[in-house]
Amino acid sequence: MTLQQVKDELLHYDGKPVKIMEVCGTHTASIFKNGIRSLLSPKIQLISGPGCPVCVTAPAYIDRLVEFALQEKCCVLTFGDMMKVKGNRMSLTEAKAVGGKVRILYSPLAALQIATEDRDTQYVFAAVGFETTTPIYALMLEEILKNNIQNLKLMTSIKTIIPALSYICENEKEIDAFLCPGHVSVITGSAVYEELAKKFQKPFVVSGFEGEHILAAVYEIIKQISNHRPGVKNMYASAVTEEGNQKAVALIQKYFEEADDYWRGIGKIEDSAMKLKTEYRKYDLGSSFEEVEEHLPKGCRCTDVILGRINPVECPLFQKVCSPFNAVGPCMVSTEGACGIWYKNCG
Amino acid sequence: MKIDMSYGSGGKQTSHLINEVFLKHFNNRILSRMEDSAVLNVSGKIAYTTDSFVVTPMFFPGGNIGKLAVFGTVNDLSMMGAIPKYLTAGFIIEEGAELETIEKIAESMALAAKEANVKIVAGDTKVIEGNGGVYINTSGIGEVIKSGVSISNCRVGDVIILSGYLGEHHAAIMSKRMEIENNIVSDCAPLTSIVKKLIAEDINIHCMRDVTRGGLATVLNEVAANSQCKVEITEQALPISNEVRGFCDILGLDPLYMANEGKMIAVVPQSQADRALKAVRSSKYGKNAAIIGTIKEGSGVMMTTALKGSRRIDVLYGEGLPRIC
Repeated sequence: MTLQQVKDELLHYDGKPVKIMEVCGTHTASIFKNGIRSLLSPKIQLISGPGCPVCVTAPAYIDRLVEFALQEKCCVLTFGDMMKVKGNRMSLTEAKAVGGKVRILYSPLAALQIATEDRDTQYVFAAVGFETTTPIYALMLEEILKNNIQNLKLMTSIKTIIPALSYICENEKEIDAFLCPGHVSVITGSAVYEELAKKFQKPFVVSGFEGEHILAAVYEIIKQISNHRPGVKNMYASAVTEEGNQKAVALIQKYFEEADDYWRGIGKIEDSAMKLKTEYRKYDLGSSFEEVEEHLPKGCRCTDVILGRINPVECPLFQKVCSPFNAVGPCMVSTEGACGIWYKNCG
Repeated sequence: MKIDMSYGSGGKQTSHLINEVFLKHFNNRILSRMEDSAVLNVSGKIAYTTDSFVVTPMFFPGGNIGKLAVFGTVNDLSMMGAIPKYLTAGFIIEEGAELETIEKIAESMALAAKEANVKIVAGDTKVIEGNGGVYINTSGIGEVIKSGVSISNCRVGDVIILSGYLGEHHAAIMSKRMEIENNIVSDCAPLTSIVKKLIAEDINIHCMRDVTRGGLATVLNEVAANSQCKVEITEQALPISNEVRGFCDILGLDPLYMANEGKMIAVVPQSQADRALKAVRSSKYGKNAAIIGTIKEGSGVMMTTALKGSRRIDVLYGEGLPRIC
């Protein structure tokens, strides 16, 4: 089948309305970048999911980073995305402006060199992410151990996407199918979706990030729904295998174990976090898995956005009160958050 | 030798810095008089602008902060249909900076001024506490030889010419910061020759804008807002080198939002589009120019994607940082 034929089919689809959740923020960004919505029939609706680790991180986690950054001879190392996220008190950007020490890194491994070169400062790496980034944190810890680096620790807020998907399947019956995250699937493999597909009888299609990949995945979903044969299909075979990256998984399992965790905007999801195992806990600085549930600001519908009940434009605060310059809810704080991406592209 | 606070005292070390570094390289009859201000002969309408430069790292593939400080101001003048004539240069130097570094910067400013045919006629130096950083402000005057060029002057039916590859400066700076090895070089360059060619061809230029911070997306939004029109561009027409494209793919960056230091758009009437494109392409820094879009009735910026979908292009907000997932 040619690309043009796929495009024709999707544009003129006239079957039953289909709601597809794209789980990953990078997919959301690519959907806008390629103008995918304008290529689909109005009967095919793409809904953004919880696929931004920064957005679902609890404000109390930011508070602990801020507190650390403001201490003498302490420095927070972080990815750029985390800088603007507000805690209850302030963001890391604001902490830096009042004298806190915060450095943006592009790779966690650069932290090793920084800590080695400046032994007098205690560094903490803001280890935020999904399955994708966890192996790098494991690798970082391995190097810390190997080189006996005493002044570098992790403060983790690592989430796992499969329990979140399971939660959405249980609670949000209106989602008809899932566009599964490409990067996460590289690590987990496509087989992890089998149980969910079987239990909930919905398509779980793994997609790459190019526009063509996404169109092909959406077409596969429509085909599965039309033929009443939902299941798992790996459409990103160049990077994703059925069993995943076993080496990376082994590395994660060596240092991390599952824990219940709080998702900002959703609440507690069982076994949805990775925390350092007891024997490595001394390399953990201030991670907490017992965050108190926060109440989102009045009018904020981030919970509905994360769970795919509405698109960001349907939130009454969107663009009016809530913008990247004044993020009210968690989905607006990161460039990968659904509201942030929608704002940029629909503003 | 390192710069210390005494270099900013106005005494002997200051004169050493001025005479042995700045005067040596910027030498011209106006500056060497060492008066309190430069007295200039200018005729007709003048364009007048200023810009400050704080880039880190100071040295990067394809240029340095000095070259940037000269071409940045030269380009701002050129975009108003002016021929840049005179610049001033103010240096704020943090103690700890190497004298040799300052000299290298001054040397490349002199070379850049020579290429752009401008004279640096006044200057100032201050030394502050710090850690070896150097910041430069330049201001400049140019003689307007083509009037009516304005961000508010685009008309329905006009075409938009982009003078070359997008994102090279941004990618070069990020590569250096992230210690990524590649062949990407900053596009830092003067746009005067392109402007002169367009004027020599008697093109009725409606608008020119250099594409710097905020990238093409931001500039096109400024066009749409100020000229009260809609800008339509085609993704496949955008000139982007394979290396920058690969760099962006890996880091999740969008070339539309990346900074450039030697690129411009020219908005010209449809009837003169081919001639204007030819003129830009015949210039030293315009070889990869392309027609990227048109001005329509309406508002905002829309792009037809490679898949023929349509995408709204907004201004850059926040920083263009690599994604974490």
